[in-house]
Amino acid sequence: MEEVNHKETPLMTKLFKARKKSETETVKDSNPASKIAVYILLTIGSFTMLIPFLWMISTALKSPAEAVAMPPVWIPQIFRIENFARAFEVAPFGRYFLNSVLITSISTLGELLTTILAAFAFAKMKFYGKNLLFTILIATMMVPGELLIIPNYLTISKLNLINTYSAMILPYLASVFSVFMLKQNFESVPNELYYAAKVDGTSDFKFLWMIMVPLSKSAIVAVAILKIIGSWNSFMWPLIVTNERLLRPLPVGLQAFTTEAGTQYELLMAASTIVIAPMIIIYLFLQRYIIMGVAKSGLKG
Amino acid sequence: MQVQFKDVTMSYGDKEVLEKINFTIPEGKLVSILGPSGCGKSTTLMLISGLTYPSNGQIYFGDKEVTKQDAVKRKVGMVFQNYALYPHLTILENIMFPLKMEKMPKNKRKERALELARLVQIEEQVDKKPKQLSGGQQQRVAIARALAKEPSILLMDEPLSNLDARLRIEMREEIRRIQQETGVTTVFVTHDQEEALSISDEVMVLNEGAIQQNSDPITLYHKPKNRFVAQFLGTPVINTIKVADHPELLNRLRLSEIMKPEVQSIGIRAENIKVTTIESEALLSGIVNHVSRVGKDTTVYIEVNGHSLVATNLGVIPEEGTMIHITADIEEIHLFNFNGKVIELEAVK
Repeated sequence: MEEVNHKETPLMTKLFKARKKSETETVKDSNPASKIAVYILLTIGSFTMLIPFLWMISTALKSPAEAVAMPPVWIPQIFRIENFARAFEVAPFGRYFLNSVLITSISTLGELLTTILAAFAFAKMKFYGKNLLFTILIATMMVPGELLIIPNYLTISKLNLINTYSAMILPYLASVFSVFMLKQNFESVPNELYYAAKVDGTSDFKFLWMIMVPLSKSAIVAVAILKIIGSWNSFMWPLIVTNERLLRPLPVGLQAFTTEAGTQYELLMAASTIVIAPMIIIYLFLQRYIIMGVAKSGLKG
Repeated sequence: MQVQFKDVTMSYGDKEVLEKINFTIPEGKLVSILGPSGCGKSTTLMLISGLTYPSNGQIYFGDKEVTKQDAVKRKVGMVFQNYALYPHLTILENIMFPLKMEKMPKNKRKERALELARLVQIEEQVDKKPKQLSGGQQQRVAIARALAKEPSILLMDEPLSNLDARLRIEMREEIRRIQQETGVTTVFVTHDQEEALSISDEVMVLNEGAIQQNSDPITLYHKPKNRFVAQFLGTPVINTIKVADHPELLNRLRLSEIMKPEVQSIGIRAENIKVTTIESEALLSGIVNHVSRVGKDTTVYIEVNGHSLVATNLGVIPEEGTMIHITADIEEIHLFNFNGKVIELEAVK
């Protein structure tokens, strides 16, 4: 999870900046000095967040000597673009990439499916023991993820799933946090809409897919983004449940650069750049939904 | 379609919202359910719609019992206070939605939706999203959507409450027009007596889960069956005078000796109070407390023995602080017994 946070923060900063900007724009009469101060603070903040990124990209272009040089070299003398090509030779990154795409997409789709159904049940349906069940679910959020590694491993191994894609996907097909988040969003959809749809002849299931889901698009995309990033960056679990090199996703694959002889930092950073590039692209494409999700908290019928 | 409730009871947990209510909504009529909030009027509407089922009793649509049938089987159309349009669909798609659920072919669907858009006069807005429309227009769309599948009955739950005063009057005329053009049996829930009285063929007054009176608006106003109905309808509120406070009333009303002990209070509407110069003919005498003139209306507040009476239709406007004698025609005086029921005039004579 730590890794996830690292890679997320710079983008969060950008997002925060974007929101902040629109806020200051609406407050036209705020004085220029405070505006400048705000911008300076934000610039410093976002620059701090960007440093690891810049360092990664710069190291990816360095020679092996420059990568470990002290004092640090910020701008390499020659940009060694070939580092990227060499990184690909060290390990089967094409295969890793496909593995990552497969695992991420299936677990994201799976989680969305379970989350949407569960959130709808908790938000709009009436059944016996609903509140108790939801309380228990929420309580599980208090269990630290690390604690689940051993029981999950035992379950997976009893199911004979070690060394399969299923091992990496199955435990992540549901998320209580996502259910919680989406439930809140579903609850903001007025009941009249549900009744109207019922009168118009929809079943619960049709109402969910034809009305509820399109209306909660922003929240669903936000859940999906969190899931995609988390799944794409997951390292520990895939490492534990796979022995077969070819089954592993990208973050585990990055280990290939750490050998008994030491770590090839410039190649590791080149590969890392490639690993996180898709996330940045996805994030940039979908971030407007997140902003929408934040801005459009209430839904008028 | 004619709707009939037979001994329908509805309770949520221990709380009984409706208690053994019986009524018939005649086919092709516009019937209002009127009552204060929490009286069970929305529950009644939900029961007609089939979105909720009664705890006890039977519901009939025409001759068919539909007690256990859902909203789709009953084929009801419904309009909500907050419009409940699907925000992500265009106006046309909103109107077509129930038809889509009925699996009507697409071109037929569109044709029907456009026809309805014309009926409710929003045909120029059909490509917009609900948010781009004003409240009144959104309500028109909601009506069109409810009418799309040619419902057996059209149900409206406080459809005008979210509109401003001017628009409300315009829309209620529209609802009346659309109802008469289509001839669809309509049930209209409201807490606004003026709304109910102005557009309905029949008004059903509900209070505390029981039907107080079910009749046409004019009868309802002039011949209320009990004190609740008398007080709920009409602005200003009907003047009620307790006999205990004015024992002389019974003699002045010339009631028979048998009737006298039964009368608990009398009610006189503000517009029926008249001034008389002959004290012996007067029902009551009082001091003019305050005269308020708003536009063409003059309201006179008369203090009688510490109670305030309101009169709106006095021929000659008295001056503040003077003593006046008031009376009313015997036909305009409502007599209430100790249960709050009206004592019929025929019985009095």
